[in-house]
Amino acid sequence: MSGRLKASVSVAMLAGTWLGLSGAAEAFTAYVSNEKGNSVTVIDTTTMAVTGTWKVGRRPRGITLSKDDKELFVCASDDDRIDVLDTATGKVVRSLRSGPDPEQFILHSSGNPLYVANEDDSQVTILDIEKNKVLAEVPVGVEPEGMGLSPDGKILVNTSETTNMAHFIDTKTFEVIDNVLVDARPRFAEFSGDGKMLWVSAEVGGTVSVIDVATRKVVKKVTFKIPSVNDEQIQPVGVRITKDGSKAFVALGPANRVAVVNTKTYEVEKYLPVGQRVWQLAFTPDEKQLYTTNGTSNDVSVIDVESLKVVKSIQTGLLPWGVAISKK
Amino acid sequence: MLLASACMPLSTLRLLAALSALAAVVGGPPGAIAQEPKAETGEPPPGSPTAQQPAAMPGSETHVAFIYRPIPAPSSYDAEAEPEDLGVAGARMAVKDNNTTGRFTKQTYSLDEVALEEGRNAVDAAKELAGKGVKYFVVALPAAEVLAVADALKGDGVAVFNVGSPDDSLRGAECRANVFHVIPSRAMQTDAIAQYMTLMRWRKVFLIVGPSDRDKAYAEAMKNSAKKFGLKITAEKPWTFGPLMKARGDTPTRAEAMVFTRGLDYDLAVVADEEQDWGEYVPYRTVDPRPVAGTAGLVATTWHPTLETWGAAQAQNRFRRLSGRLMRPLDYQAWAGVRSVGEAGTQKKTTDAATLVPYFTEPGFGLPAYKGVSLSFRPWDHQLRQPIIVVQPKAMVSVAPEQGFIHQRTPLDTLGVDQPETTCKLK
Repeated sequence: MSGRLKASVSVAMLAGTWLGLSGAAEAFTAYVSNEKGNSVTVIDTTTMAVTGTWKVGRRPRGITLSKDDKELFVCASDDDRIDVLDTATGKVVRSLRSGPDPEQFILHSSGNPLYVANEDDSQVTILDIEKNKVLAEVPVGVEPEGMGLSPDGKILVNTSETTNMAHFIDTKTFEVIDNVLVDARPRFAEFSGDGKMLWVSAEVGGTVSVIDVATRKVVKKVTFKIPSVNDEQIQPVGVRITKDGSKAFVALGPANRVAVVNTKTYEVEKYLPVGQRVWQLAFTPDEKQLYTTNGTSNDVSVIDVESLKVVKSIQTGLLPWGVAISKK
Repeated sequence: MLLASACMPLSTLRLLAALSALAAVVGGPPGAIAQEPKAETGEPPPGSPTAQQPAAMPGSETHVAFIYRPIPAPSSYDAEAEPEDLGVAGARMAVKDNNTTGRFTKQTYSLDEVALEEGRNAVDAAKELAGKGVKYFVVALPAAEVLAVADALKGDGVAVFNVGSPDDSLRGAECRANVFHVIPSRAMQTDAIAQYMTLMRWRKVFLIVGPSDRDKAYAEAMKNSAKKFGLKITAEKPWTFGPLMKARGDTPTRAEAMVFTRGLDYDLAVVADEEQDWGEYVPYRTVDPRPVAGTAGLVATTWHPTLETWGAAQAQNRFRRLSGRLMRPLDYQAWAGVRSVGEAGTQKKTTDAATLVPYFTEPGFGLPAYKGVSLSFRPWDHQLRQPIIVVQPKAMVSVAPEQGFIHQRTPLDTLGVDQPETTCKLK
């Protein structure tokens, strides 16, 4: 293992030197779940090329990495389980008891437990990934999907797509402590880096609600307007906020754009054209690149975060859904 | 814990967390939640009502009636038999969905199913329920019965959701202030076909019209759509060969039914056969090889087993788990009717009919219903504006409004009768 580690470190250093000149990103690995391909596409973020395709269970959607990046977790929604892959070999090494129809999940910053939204079952499952043991099941609204975790790990937020609420769950007691109504079909919940604000996208409502976490009041609804695109086509899904809290990136679904939102003024600064039906987003760990999954064009777009330009599109498997990026 | 017993089977309460979480929700931290007013409507905030609502008491459920005529049992073998719980199964799922959300809003719903036996009057059934305080009626009935129920309940402050009758007259001269149409009108259905034809540059229609009034009404709608979108009806013939769809493999192909399509100039044959008696006989039997649309072949509808985008796959799965079969359009329409009540209840934080009935046509109301956009009722005729899916038997073909059809309000209003053309005077 140490040999491999050393090798990757030196590759990273090499890439680092090279990028000092070119401004390109450090070497990381992006993993993309292909909902209809039943596979994960592996992409080297330096070369922006596909380096592998791994087989997983049926209808892979939510995707995330273990704290040490050695394991990749993939929701195999139609198999009612979470597949765990060894990132060194690309093989499924075990499966976790996720409860029925897992769609999205989020890992506690300590590396355990995993919080899973069970879309068909109106509940959130809290799973100890070491023991593969369900710690709790929390009833929430109809079609739970979005999962956000406060930076201190104390508050879990789940959004329910048909109930149209953000459910605030205490991660110690597993109790729902509050419910905030947002616009129609909330898909994603993202805390700001300081944990003070929660951004919740509403796919059918066409808005992003910004919720003050302390008072649990909606303080702002971010709206979008794109010339030559019908308002109905603007369907916000994935949201990512930069670590410094200055910018939020919002994927707008069939509008085929990613909006760049100023988090102070809540104004959209730019709409970046990406592939078709863009849903989920992930930064590289250095935040130099943002990857977007484009479901109907079967590719991911790579956005250069500093210049706010789309620099590349990379073919994936069928219907790319989610993306996770490791530090290696 | 009273909500648990009132609205959900205990079996759905699992493990340690479930009970305590529910208790937290029911108890609720007072005054903890609110939300800013909706900027676009100026409505009061639709925040979680934990603080503002009195706790639901046993027996304070909001009743939604579903009135329908069950389909007679099919013959011993009928490949296309309609299920006995057609429609009502969708209403059941919607009540369950309303109650899942209701756990967080302290609203509970129950469904009063009325399966009308032969000879039993829909009006009597509706009046009896209205007498018990029921305010929401979802009806899967023919146009005449929808009107009779609506008129009998006039002045009772109720809402009647029409999920089964596409009659344009119900949205026109015979419209009623207390009726809300979930099922798309015939005009919307034929507009969807016409938009698809425009997209494909198929300009010429051969219209084949069945003998019933419903068939004639469908044909009329198709003619209006053709006019609206600049298509030509190049031929029109009545169907005079009987219910040939019931023909079996050993029935000889009827020669005259084949040759009556001879010598015509058309791109698409549109069959008007709402009773499903003969429409399926036409595809593959026209003299010239031409596609068939209308009530058979390429059909404009609200739901299809292959619809899976916009979260529809979840609804399909949930429905199949609840009822053991695939969801059909009437199930979906019944679901949307009952969910309209639940959704308005969540948004207005009350299920009081005096508040909700006017709210259904206000700009703030929107029903997310697996169509990618929010659905709403047109204020001028109470028709639910919605995308229409255009399907072939085993696949989705398109979704109307098609790209490029624009409207100053919403592209959805390119389907059906628009405000300037309406003959409806709500009363």
